[in-house]
Amino acid sequence: MNENLIVSLKDIVVEFDGEKVLDGLSLDIHDKEFVTFLGPSGCGKTTTLRVIAGFITPKSGNVFFDGKDIADLPPYKRQVNTVFQKYALFPHLNVFENVAFALRLKKLPEEEIKSKVLRMLEIVGLKGYERRHVNQLSGGQQQRVAIARSLINQPRVLLLDEPLGALDLKLRKQMQLELKRLQRELNITFIYVTHDQEEALTMSDTVVVMNGGKIQQIGTPEDIYNEPCNPFVARFIGDSNIIDGVMLKDYLVSFGGSEFKCVDKGFKRDESVQVVIRPEDVEIVPPEQGALVGRVRDVIFKGVHFEMHVDMEGYEWIIHSTQASKPGELVGMNIGPDEIHIMSRSEV
Amino acid sequence: MLRSKTSRWAAAPYLVWMGVFIVVPLVIVIYYAMTNADGTFTLDNLAQIGRYSSVFARSLILAAEATVICLILAFPVGYTLSRLRANKQHIMLMLVMLPMWMNFLLRTYAWMTLLENNGLINRLFGLFGVGPFHMINTAGAVVLGMVYNYLPYMILPLYTAMTKIDDSIVEAAQDLGCNTGKILLRILIPLSGPGIATGITMVFVPSVSTFIISRMLGGGSNLLIGDLIELQFLGNSYNLNLGSAMSLVLMVIVLVLMSFTSSFDESEMEGVM
Amino acid sequence: MNKKQSRLLQRTYLILIFCFMYLPIAVMILFSFNESKSRALWTGFTLGWYKSLFHNDMILSALALSLVLALVSSVIATVLGTLATIGINSMGRKTQLLINNISYVPVVNPEIITGVSLMLLFVMAQRFGVGGEGGVFGWPTLMIAHITFNVPYVIFNVGPKLRQLDPSIYNAALDLGCTPKQAFFKVIMPQLTPAILSAFLICLTYSIDDFMISYFNSGTMQTLPIAIYSMTRKKVSPEINALSAVMFIVILSIILISNHLDSIQYKRAQTAVRTAMAEEGEQ
Repeated sequence: MNENLIVSLKDIVVEFDGEKVLDGLSLDIHDKEFVTFLGPSGCGKTTTLRVIAGFITPKSGNVFFDGKDIADLPPYKRQVNTVFQKYALFPHLNVFENVAFALRLKKLPEEEIKSKVLRMLEIVGLKGYERRHVNQLSGGQQQRVAIARSLINQPRVLLLDEPLGALDLKLRKQMQLELKRLQRELNITFIYVTHDQEEALTMSDTVVVMNGGKIQQIGTPEDIYNEPCNPFVARFIGDSNIIDGVMLKDYLVSFGGSEFKCVDKGFKRDESVQVVIRPEDVEIVPPEQGALVGRVRDVIFKGVHFEMHVDMEGYEWIIHSTQASKPGELVGMNIGPDEIHIMSRSEV
Repeated sequence: MLRSKTSRWAAAPYLVWMGVFIVVPLVIVIYYAMTNADGTFTLDNLAQIGRYSSVFARSLILAAEATVICLILAFPVGYTLSRLRANKQHIMLMLVMLPMWMNFLLRTYAWMTLLENNGLINRLFGLFGVGPFHMINTAGAVVLGMVYNYLPYMILPLYTAMTKIDDSIVEAAQDLGCNTGKILLRILIPLSGPGIATGITMVFVPSVSTFIISRMLGGGSNLLIGDLIELQFLGNSYNLNLGSAMSLVLMVIVLVLMSFTSSFDESEMEGVM
Repeated sequence: MNKKQSRLLQRTYLILIFCFMYLPIAVMILFSFNESKSRALWTGFTLGWYKSLFHNDMILSALALSLVLALVSSVIATVLGTLATIGINSMGRKTQLLINNISYVPVVNPEIITGVSLMLLFVMAQRFGVGGEGGVFGWPTLMIAHITFNVPYVIFNVGPKLRQLDPSIYNAALDLGCTPKQAFFKVIMPQLTPAILSAFLICLTYSIDDFMISYFNSGTMQTLPIAIYSMTRKKVSPEINALSAVMFIVILSIILISNHLDSIQYKRAQTAVRTAMAEEGEQ
């Protein structure tokens, strides 16, 4: 990964109708990375994207592009391009003209425009579609035209605002891989916005988790998944079991009435903490062999695994296993030290 | 976005136009209605209208009759059209609207020739040894003229409203035991409320204010408000002040009707919800 | 009654209504070919009334006047109205509501009131000396009147289309390098063009057809409807019938042609979408 910072946001404040949508947001984005802003609706991820694109002027704060402050630069002068959520293709133009739009503005010679457009259509897999009209395309095809149209400018950064939301599941997964491949091929920065955590984990080099206009955590997909730093991230990414516990001393935590070895340290003695355990990390054993014991409430077949809900002293565990227990059955649960993640208590 | 402060100025020419040619004329009407020929304030004009109360009454009654007849005639049409297949609906709508595009005067004139004492209809009756009936220059002819001219204005809103009533609703009603009459009363009429309100307005307003229909089909004995007003402005009894007062009263009548129908609109929808 | 009976009843009723609506028109057209002037007695077939219609100066000059009036007033109304729509769209909601309500007045007001109120305005203007010796009634007043009742139709036609526009298209244009002005003309205007055109056609129709409002504001001039009105008041001539027939044919043709064009476009788009979906499925 290139270490250069291509985009930097410092203390961005954005207000709508008196409400702070972004509250002092600071963020560095490294060049040539696939970065995803992830969070629930209203968390500010799209707003951040639009600040970078230039459609929103922040109330205060700086936006740096390649080291230069671009606060005064309107969108049509920035070296970023956006793929919009609903594609925003120009309905009165055909595919060719849509893709050629930016080039025509620059008044490039006709020959050059033609070769660039055709090449770009080939890259996105739409060779031969030049004459089609926008309303004669399927959703996936419209998607590709939007991408081609934005990339033809050869921007340094491509912004994508939940572009795959309108596609069906199979197509979406296909496009996720294609986008990732495209980013690698073109070797430019992609900034991607989504609320789908699985999508974020699949495609990104770096994930920025946001909530309530603030950044919750930044890291690689593995980091975010395995070591969420607060309950919001823990709950938002994947399923997780979050239980109250006490950190007895370094590498030893107590919860559910038992003590467990773990790999975290640095907490105060007997500090109240929250313990995060992923469903697939709980081993089901006969009750006598388990560190914890609970009663199975539900068993749901999910294809890849069984999802079981297990009652233990008022807390309902979510456990994924390739084998099913029976509802009503008493089971034992074991968890390895590596799979226990400790978070300090925080107000959610 | 597009909503910048500068683009607001694009509306400036129209706003000026609107003020001068829509608002000011109405103010002038009120002014003339309340003044004498020499400009002094007076309520005389409005008082004089009392003399013509029979004309006003006749206009309201005839317009109401025409509206009710249109409503009854148009309801089945709107329903039938809304149940047709999509491409047939298109053609049918065209057929309904086509007469509307024929010149209004010619359409009314056509009935003149049909209803005359030696007109086509009476001749047909004559073949059967009946008649001739005195049809022209009657109140009935005027109502007929109103119905004929404005029926499409009732069909279209009803049709639009009924296209929104899904077949399954009618079927569900039948399934639950409604016969045709009950379906009409409890389902179709309430759900097409907005269409009924629109249709009533679009038929009553032109009917109550016309002078052509009454002149061509009613002769001189079925004067309506429109005739009176026309006489004050361009006719023999040139009196701008009285004419303005009459216009004012007409406007009030229309306003009352519209507030009435729009309140029906909302309450019907509430009832359905 | 069962479904079949009910459908038969519905069909019959529809046919009766259509007969009612078209009977007078049919009779008018039929008697345009009648040899004698009688409106009820058929004496023989002739095209003579059509001939004399096309030599009727009063009708022809009225037609010319109506066409010119319609064209000019519709163009002005469309321009004025489109600009207004754009401006109104940038205003606050309360202002928008106020302007829309006032614009509604010529649409819902009885035509006689619109005509009379404008006439009073012009009479007052004349009192203040506007128009000099000849007064002000004639071309200027007709033009003003027609523009006034046409502009609201433009606003209510183009306005909804403008509001329905996907705002991200404008942003996309900016994103790709357009200045706001370029973005407006290259991307927004093409979207509005169909609505603007249809508004223009509506204006033409209303203008050519208007009687009431023109009647009070034309002075000594005659638009086509006013000429027809004077014809119906004077001596009876089957030229009126011939005129009805001609107008009917013209209107019918326009509707059929525009319908045909619409359906061709529709069918083409349908096949293309179907092909696209099939391709997508195969991938």
